[in-house]
Amino acid sequence: MGRLSVSLCGVPLDNPVIPASGTFGYGYEFAELYDINLLGTFSFKGTTREPRFGNPTPRIAECTAGMINAVGLQNPGVDRVIDTELPRLAKVFHKPVMANVSGFSVEEYADTCARLDKEPQVGWLEVNVSCPNVHGGGMSFGTDCGAAASVVKAVKAVTAKPVIIKLSPNVTDIVSIAKACEDAGADGISLINTLLGMRIDLRTRKPVIANTMGGFSGPAIFPVALRMVWQAAHAVKIPVVGMGGVSTAEDVLEMMMAGAAAVEVGAANLIDPWACQKIIRQLPEAMDKYGIRTLSELIGG
Amino acid sequence: MKDTIFTVLSQRKLTRNVYELKLEGDTDQITRPGQFVNLRLEGLYLRRPISVCNIEGRILTLIYKVVGKGTEQLSRMEAGWSLPVLTGLGNGYDTSLSGSEPLLVGGGVGVPPLYLLARRLREEGKAVSVILGFNTAAERFYEEEFRALGCTLTVTTADGSCGVRGFVTDALPETYTHVYCCGPEPMLRALHRVIRTGGSFSFEKRMGCGFGACMGCSCKTITGYKRVCKEGPVLQKEEILWED
Repeated sequence: MGRLSVSLCGVPLDNPVIPASGTFGYGYEFAELYDINLLGTFSFKGTTREPRFGNPTPRIAECTAGMINAVGLQNPGVDRVIDTELPRLAKVFHKPVMANVSGFSVEEYADTCARLDKEPQVGWLEVNVSCPNVHGGGMSFGTDCGAAASVVKAVKAVTAKPVIIKLSPNVTDIVSIAKACEDAGADGISLINTLLGMRIDLRTRKPVIANTMGGFSGPAIFPVALRMVWQAAHAVKIPVVGMGGVSTAEDVLEMMMAGAAAVEVGAANLIDPWACQKIIRQLPEAMDKYGIRTLSELIGG
Repeated sequence: MKDTIFTVLSQRKLTRNVYELKLEGDTDQITRPGQFVNLRLEGLYLRRPISVCNIEGRILTLIYKVVGKGTEQLSRMEAGWSLPVLTGLGNGYDTSLSGSEPLLVGGGVGVPPLYLLARRLREEGKAVSVILGFNTAAERFYEEEFRALGCTLTVTTADGSCGVRGFVTDALPETYTHVYCCGPEPMLRALHRVIRTGGSFSFEKRMGCGFGACMGCSCKTITGYKRVCKEGPVLQKEEILWED
């Protein structure tokens, strides 16, 4: 057990740093840049049962200390992911990967998770009930305790792998949603997904994003994310994966002090493709600075 | 792809809002004309993608139009300032498709990437024709630079204040073997309709990362979804699907 090692739903991680879904593709673009085996794991691109192009462009906007995206779950569909992406990944990544799954009905979540359950490299299913981009899609599940619980139950029924529910911050009470997922049998929760946001182009007087609204991420949302991670971690006994604006080793430590068992890094990967490598390298020094001997003792402390 | 620090050598105003920026640094990753770099600017979150106009040894030339906060900030950079740059992005133009008489067509701020392309094609001994389209005479730039390469140059202006009155499509030569173009989408669409040869079209899209991770700049093509930053920005005529 190294100083950085932690465990997530019973699966050991060399360190708690996990590139977040949608910022790391299916891994191999980054594998050309550095050895991605130094990561704890990573959460692959949000995958749905059918292939999706996503939303019309432009689907990216600049914000102060952050960005908005309305990609809308572009992905090749679960069959292509299993046939093409995962075999390609297996050549460059030799650890369990976190499979991020999205859907538009309880049945679709269950179908997609059932197929991924058979993949040996998938270590965890991260079920996105919170994507704010798709009309009539994930949003509704993550904002309603009953709907979230029904997804959890349906997914748990088709897989033996740990199920982590990725929560939306766009709710009145994150604690009740987190508890509903725990009560329904979730093995962990991860939060926060992006905050619903918007920009208007002053010259055209129209929204910058073709889809009008999108998900706001980046360092600007870190305090909101930290607060919600803290609230959720105090309300549930299952592990909490913290994310939202994490960009430095210090941010990782702060998230873990708030109660996160592991930490996802999202937008930072898009600005600096080597961001996660740098964060992992900087962790020991940051731990020394604050008198932290091991990360596992830090969680919630 | 490499993340490296460039130093500003000079900045020159070419027109009212178009600037030429010369930078010094590691240009090794730039292997083809038509590629782009992604600039990290102080206080702004997303990088700003700008196409490569020229490289000579360690000197990188970029030409950009001031359109918003990022480019406005870029225009204030002075000699000696440093600039973090992600270099060697995008597929770029393939000069092997050119044939003996390639035609290069640029519109407005789409002109810059054609300069390095013209240089490379001239170095390969090709007879290069260039059409540069602008709205008006005051917006012209780089005519002399293209002439100095030995290109046959035609300028068009929409208002007729210089050169051929009208659009680039009003000035197409009788014969050409391949078309390389970059410019506003209406120009690319018009060229796509009228050219009689193969063509390499460079596209512009709002990007998140610039290296293929975020799917922010995807487009649909005949051969499937492509990322403008990774499989593009240059697409071939046969694969382009215009979205309405």
